[in-house]
Amino acid sequence: MSDPKSLKVRVDPEKCQGHNRCKAVAPELFVLDEYGNAREAGDGSVPAGLEDKAYLAKSNCPEFAVEILEE
Amino acid sequence: MRARPPVQDWAGDFDHLDPRWVNDPFPIWDELRKTCPIAHTERFMGVYFPSRYEDVRAVAYDTDHFSSRRIIVRETPPPPIPAPPITSDPPEHRPARMVLLPPFTPDQIKMLEPRARALCNELIDKFVNRGAADAAVEYAQEIPVRLIAHMLGLPESDGDLFRRWIRMVLEDGITDISAVIQASTEMQVYFMDHVRARVKKPGADLISYLNSVEFKGERLSPENVIGSLRLLLIAGIDTTWSAIGSCIWHLAKHPGDRRRLVADPSLMPTAIEEFLRAYAPVTMAREVVKETTIRGCTFKPGEMVLLSFPAACRDPDMFPDADKVIIDRKENRHAAFGLGIHRCVGSNLARMEMTVAVEELLERIPEFSLDGEVTWSEGTVRGPRKLPIKFN
Repeated sequence: MSDPKSLKVRVDPEKCQGHNRCKAVAPELFVLDEYGNAREAGDGSVPAGLEDKAYLAKSNCPEFAVEILEE
Repeated sequence: MRARPPVQDWAGDFDHLDPRWVNDPFPIWDELRKTCPIAHTERFMGVYFPSRYEDVRAVAYDTDHFSSRRIIVRETPPPPIPAPPITSDPPEHRPARMVLLPPFTPDQIKMLEPRARALCNELIDKFVNRGAADAAVEYAQEIPVRLIAHMLGLPESDGDLFRRWIRMVLEDGITDISAVIQASTEMQVYFMDHVRARVKKPGADLISYLNSVEFKGERLSPENVIGSLRLLLIAGIDTTWSAIGSCIWHLAKHPGDRRRLVADPSLMPTAIEEFLRAYAPVTMAREVVKETTIRGCTFKPGEMVLLSFPAACRDPDMFPDADKVIIDRKENRHAAFGLGIHRCVGSNLARMEMTVAVEELLERIPEFSLDGEVTWSEGTVRGPRKLPIKFN
């Protein structure tokens, strides 16, 4: 049995327009700057149990700015 | 308004002021998406209408060929009335936008929530014992007017004045250019007085903020301040009024959804996003400034594009069951607040107002239904303008 994959989220700053959807659905995984634009919290590592929220953030971003990396 | 010939052919001669489009545009858009995804009309001096999400997105992202210097389709182009950043293109757009963003972040907007809740209850107090109300006139329209006035530090009692200007710019002004010019002049005079007063005596309001804010060491020009105020007033009221009205309209017509929301308030966030998608109120426009081709359709310079975020939000290729309102829809990349660099600056404010308005109404009046004819606004912003409801 292989280890469960660890996930990282990343916000593409060129694509983010500050819709704040990621922050709304996964507040633990994203932070906003003073303009309301998002970036990943810390190094983007998704703690165990928050994987669904990470995918929800990705699938609710109108600008397709949230990426998920599987490691 | 001049009598307009009725539309015979939506693909080649559409008219977004036709009563059928105003009252129920969705079947028209569904048909166009299948048969002619980029419709055109010679009316309004030439307008294109992309109805698919992908094409709306392509136009919104392409600021080289599609300019925001005109964002409303009118019968005659008005003299330029800048309202930066919504009427700005790169590179002027970015600085004008950056200064507007900080007061509209989720944390800043959260601080307005208690005022919004109190306001909603003051409005409900006035009709709760009557058993009937016009939810558009007595409730939905009052909320954004008073909150924007609160944010700008203007008297809430000037609401009638604001609504008059908005009607002149967004509705009457489509066919009567003098209405746009008159409203703009009146707003100029009104705001000049308030800007000058805040220069002498700054307060904790947005006008004082715009007077003093700097971007890269430079303050905004007085014209830019007035233009941005014009934008905040016009864009912050009609739009949210319409969005709140559409939520209430849906909940009046769908008791199942209403009772589900009352029983399980944790559904509120997905419900609000779904209402935004299904009843997206705002259609913007762009002016074609360089010839380009999308989906085999050539866009000619000088003509306009109706940038219908509402039609994009109903595209089944992007949203499964796009014609159904699913209040627990999990994946919802809706475009109600636009796409690309012109994403609505007030989106967090609008969401807060919609959420609070629906929550407080359901708290006080959980059971209600429609009680007579509903009318819809025409043009740039779509929402109920008469929304009679009854309750026990």
